[in-house]
Amino acid sequence: MGLALGTAAIVLVVLLWELARPTLKRALVRGRQLWRARGRANPLAGYDPGRERRAEQRARELLRSCVSAHDWAMYRDLGFLRVWGALGVSSEREGVPYAYLIYPHKPIVAYVPATGELLNEYCVAFPDHSKPYGSARLPDSDDVLAKWMALTGDERRLVGEANMHLPGRQIDPDRVRRDLARLRRWELERDNVRAA
Amino acid sequence: MKPGHGEIVLAEGDVEVPEQEQELIEAFRRELDAGMWAAVPTQAPGGRREAELVKSFDDVPRDAERVIFFPRAAGGAHTSTR
Repeated sequence: MGLALGTAAIVLVVLLWELARPTLKRALVRGRQLWRARGRANPLAGYDPGRERRAEQRARELLRSCVSAHDWAMYRDLGFLRVWGALGVSSEREGVPYAYLIYPHKPIVAYVPATGELLNEYCVAFPDHSKPYGSARLPDSDDVLAKWMALTGDERRLVGEANMHLPGRQIDPDRVRRDLARLRRWELERDNVRAA
Repeated sequence: MKPGHGEIVLAEGDVEVPEQEQELIEAFRRELDAGMWAAVPTQAPGGRREAELVKSFDDVPRDAERVIFFPRAAGGAHTSTR
């Protein structure tokens, strides 16, 4: 009796396995395909943190070689650059009615230096669609340098290319105000050190 | 400037040497044809640093040490990063 039941159980298992095998095989193949597709779609799949870090180091050196020592120190210490606005200013004696803050991979913020009032955000990017190393995004310091060169070289053209928004669209206005306060303190400290 | 790499030297030469100047002109055209912007970092008489965007090789000052190419500007991302 036991032998018969055991044999029947084995036969049942084998039958069930034979019935389920094609379905399981198809599911396995499908799972593999999905896994591969997920890997391809994941933008971080080819991401190499070492390469990105080396790229950023090169970009920082390039930025340093292009901007003034004061501006480089500002970027190194505070993480952004200030560029004085030039449109509508016929001479430096007139004073500068507005300026920009350049952040890496964030909009350029226009503001009034005399009052700290925020004017606009200019959303602009420099994508390299050829993705030479798998990404279209410049290193942080290259993005800052590209904005700096475009602003100082042809402010009107850059502003024309950018998407203009009211302050607060992408960057928290409180953060910008804090950064402006940090910038004032930083410049004051540098002035004091120089005077001493 | 290249994503994932940073600065890459595309061509080097002396504009006073005709063959080298020709190589520089070809490299310049290649980059502009690829849709890049070209800028020459300069120093104003008062010491102020700025850049000059150039659209042809003739616009590059003869004494310029380098021309930097970077992807052209496009209206930026609409995603929030706050």
